[in-house]
Amino acid sequence: MRALTPRKLADAALSAYVPLLLAVIVVVFPLLWMVFSSFKPLPEIITRTPELFPADPTWTNYATATDRLPFAQVFVNSVLVTTIGSAIKVALAILTAYGLVFVRFPFKNVIFAGLLVTLMVPPQVSLLPNYTLITAFGGADTYWGIILPGLGTAFGTFLMRQHFRTLPPSLLEAAELDGAGHWRRLTRVVLPVSGPTVATVALVTIVNEWNDYLWPLVIVSRPDMMTLPVGLTLLANVDNRAAAYGQLMAGSVAVIVPVLIVFIALQRHIIAGLTQGAVKD
Amino acid sequence: MTSTAAPPGAPPTGREPDRPPRRRRRFSARDRHDFWVFLALVLPNVALIIAFAYRPVLTNIQYSLLNWTLGSQTATFVGLDNYVRFLTSPSSVTILWTTLVFTVVTVGGSMVLGLLIALALNRRVPGTGVARAAVFSPYVLSGVGVGLVWLFVFDPTIGVLGSVLRAFGGTAPDFFNDPTLSLVMICVVYVWKNMGYAAVIYLAGLQSIPRDLLEASALDGASPRRTFVKVVLPLLSPTTFFLLVTSVLNSLQAFDLIRIMTPLGRGTTTLIYEAYLQAFGGYNRGGYSAAVSTILFALLVVFTMVQLRWMEKRVHYA
Repeated sequence: MRALTPRKLADAALSAYVPLLLAVIVVVFPLLWMVFSSFKPLPEIITRTPELFPADPTWTNYATATDRLPFAQVFVNSVLVTTIGSAIKVALAILTAYGLVFVRFPFKNVIFAGLLVTLMVPPQVSLLPNYTLITAFGGADTYWGIILPGLGTAFGTFLMRQHFRTLPPSLLEAAELDGAGHWRRLTRVVLPVSGPTVATVALVTIVNEWNDYLWPLVIVSRPDMMTLPVGLTLLANVDNRAAAYGQLMAGSVAVIVPVLIVFIALQRHIIAGLTQGAVKD
Repeated sequence: MTSTAAPPGAPPTGREPDRPPRRRRRFSARDRHDFWVFLALVLPNVALIIAFAYRPVLTNIQYSLLNWTLGSQTATFVGLDNYVRFLTSPSSVTILWTTLVFTVVTVGGSMVLGLLIALALNRRVPGTGVARAAVFSPYVLSGVGVGLVWLFVFDPTIGVLGSVLRAFGGTAPDFFNDPTLSLVMICVVYVWKNMGYAAVIYLAGLQSIPRDLLEASALDGASPRRTFVKVVLPLLSPTTFFLLVTSVLNSLQAFDLIRIMTPLGRGTTTLIYEAYLQAFGGYNRGGYSAAVSTILFALLVVFTMVQLRWMEKRVHYA
């Protein structure tokens, strides 16, 4: 950066800091409002002159939300579905990408293109057929019913494949000459140098699974099997919503804050993963 | 880059002379081994995708030709009746109009705001890293959680937006009961959630523009505005078109916010939400819902094709 003259400083302030500050406030304010409101007692919620900070902070909203919904169970469900679903998806992505890049097979590009096309199929189109299929096999209100239809992964495979193709062939040839089979090559050679990409794929997958809504919404109806977004829908379904905002903010904290913490800690990986494919060329 | 065209297990005799010598050495047993390894690695994922992404597209088309109540064991074939019913019903005009307005407003809004934010981020002053992350963050948050937070903000009686407007002598608009305002509300929240994505993509585009090009333009006496219009925007066109395509596809599939903020869909029923409501909103109209989502799917495919063709022709590649 060049020397900052007063004029340049003023220029930077106007063209960079003012719009950025505005944007950050617009983004952050609702989230702060959510967190602080979740600790407000009812009279501070139902008021025409609300304040940002709770005057008389309380855990009541979290307790009430737990009364109306098996909240701990719902949270555990979200954690379970996200963990199991993401673990399998990431494993599938790694295995598929390894096969597509390092194992010889006819028509690999066709297979890869066939995978990519599914990125264009909106979940809405597969909703009814998958719903009929999964309920026919008794998958309604079960963990496997929630997890199974989303397990196939094109996005993760795509990112892993992109990365695998950048690995120098000499790396694998050396392992091959040493007599290492595919499994050893994958676990001892390829994976150790793929940490950041695996992390990126895992993070993006975890965030998506955690926030997933449409499918769990239709396949689950028992409260004790709901994931957080579905449980929140049930919480929001009240006659007097004004009185329920406190609980709803508590519920929103439960679904938003964990992701926010992960995002703040690892934002570079997450942003890179979500914008990959767009930024190159 | 396929390694061999010979069927697995078939003795590779007679074909080998055509191959380069290096290949010949590595043929047969190893390739057969690789064939099975490949299947073991790739088949689970491919099978899942065929079962839960490819099959449903076809089954959905099949459903759309039926008069079928969701949950019922029987259905009657009605040909294209469901499509005719959708295309001739007066509510469909509203639904298509809502879809169009929502898509244009959210795509335009998030791209314009995203570009403005990206221009500010591109000043490379200290602190832009934090701002970039902050602006991007809503993109990774649960639409349901975000929707509930904004419902509280927009609430006509006790929402903070209304109280601010009242403090300045205005009145709080009824975002919950006025269909047009409900759509405005959904659009605002959607743009809030997605503008950070556009900003990050645009920022990457801006950073790929060579500095000396901008300096040359400035030396030629062009004003910053002229440089922006004549140099920066044309060079950004690949980014703009990429964003346009992905944003339109995403907007057409927006569901979470609409479901949680306006469950009845008054004024906010887009194609995707209509398909959901018809099947799972209490009507159980399986066949009709399948027809609506097939129309949506066709729209997405056509749009993608048109965009891809157009991009090839018109976009200025730097």
